[in-house]
Amino acid sequence: MMSIMLASIVPMSGMLAALVGPWPVAAVNWHSVLFLLFAAVACACAVAVVLADNVVRMAFYLVLSLAATAGLFFLAGAEFVGAMQLMIYVGGTLVLLVFGVMLTAQSPFVAIKTSTSDRVLAGLVGAALLAVLLQAAFRVEPWRRPAMAAVAAPAATPIGMALLGVRVDEPAAGTPPAAVRSGYLLPFEIVSVHLLVVLVGAAYLARAKRRRTPRAIDVAASSVGPVVTAREAVRSSASALVSGGQR
Amino acid sequence: MSLLATGLSPVAVPLFAGLLDAPVGVAHYLVVGAILFTSGVVCMALKRNALGVLMGIELVLNGANVNFVAFSSPYLRGEGAASLGLDGQLIALFVILLAAAEAAVALAITLNFYNNHATVDIDRADDLKG
Repeated sequence: MMSIMLASIVPMSGMLAALVGPWPVAAVNWHSVLFLLFAAVACACAVAVVLADNVVRMAFYLVLSLAATAGLFFLAGAEFVGAMQLMIYVGGTLVLLVFGVMLTAQSPFVAIKTSTSDRVLAGLVGAALLAVLLQAAFRVEPWRRPAMAAVAAPAATPIGMALLGVRVDEPAAGTPPAAVRSGYLLPFEIVSVHLLVVLVGAAYLARAKRRRTPRAIDVAASSVGPVVTAREAVRSSASALVSGGQR
Repeated sequence: MSLLATGLSPVAVPLFAGLLDAPVGVAHYLVVGAILFTSGVVCMALKRNALGVLMGIELVLNGANVNFVAFSSPYLRGEGAASLGLDGQLIALFVILLAAAEAAVALAITLNFYNNHATVDIDRADDLKG
């Protein structure tokens, strides 16, 4: 995938060289440039989700951020995960969220403001968390110096075989060669049943409400003493008759 | 390039100095994942709209996915660094599936709350407050 991407980019670099002239285009690593583009879109839109007040705009920024993240997955060589990110996340989950926004976005709820003190406090906490995470990311030396030597095989077939319980991929670097690697058949089955349960549960929770008819026991409890309507008397006598008939 | 490098902290300079001509590594992806994660956490804590909280959850899961894919990638690994191999991509796939399931159920709960309370403001969800 990388070679195809680079091959399609190389003529573009020649055109760019003719355009910009003295800029050393041959020295530019286009993988890094594309990474920078996708990373900037992903991070900027994620911050925009936080800063926006309008829920419709938040949904739009979230779509952009997740799509740019799929581009990052493609650049990392995980083309199957990137495709699934586009199809499930951007195509499924976010459409679901947009439906939720449309169903609940009435004019007083489109923009619910947060108080300024809460914003400042959350910004401080978020900055502290980000500082810790960035320090952890820069701490390990081999993470900063990629080798860029390996050309990996496409990952779709090994992923499919691993979901069937058979591992055909190369063992990861650092693992002993005789190590037993687990397949993913059991988690695959568990997730499939889980999705079924979730589907049934979501359909049950979000079903259309029926208009509540007062039950006989509620009516009997609310009516005081012997004041029973003729209709209730008929119903109770009928139910007594039915229960008597069952005995 | 020097224009990009000036004004940054000494730790970040070796990472950002050769951003256009040096290959990206795991640390670059970790930075993106950290920003997505932090945005999601702040979004979850800050938004009063229930759907905004759901979007924060999606951002958090996505930040974790970026890290999984980066650690499993054969292109980003440095010399002598351990790798997750294909396991990272499989875990990322399961995270995507579970996020879809979670969004479906959470959206159903939100719609139910909206039906009962006629609002999506989570500050109004205080029926169980003692």
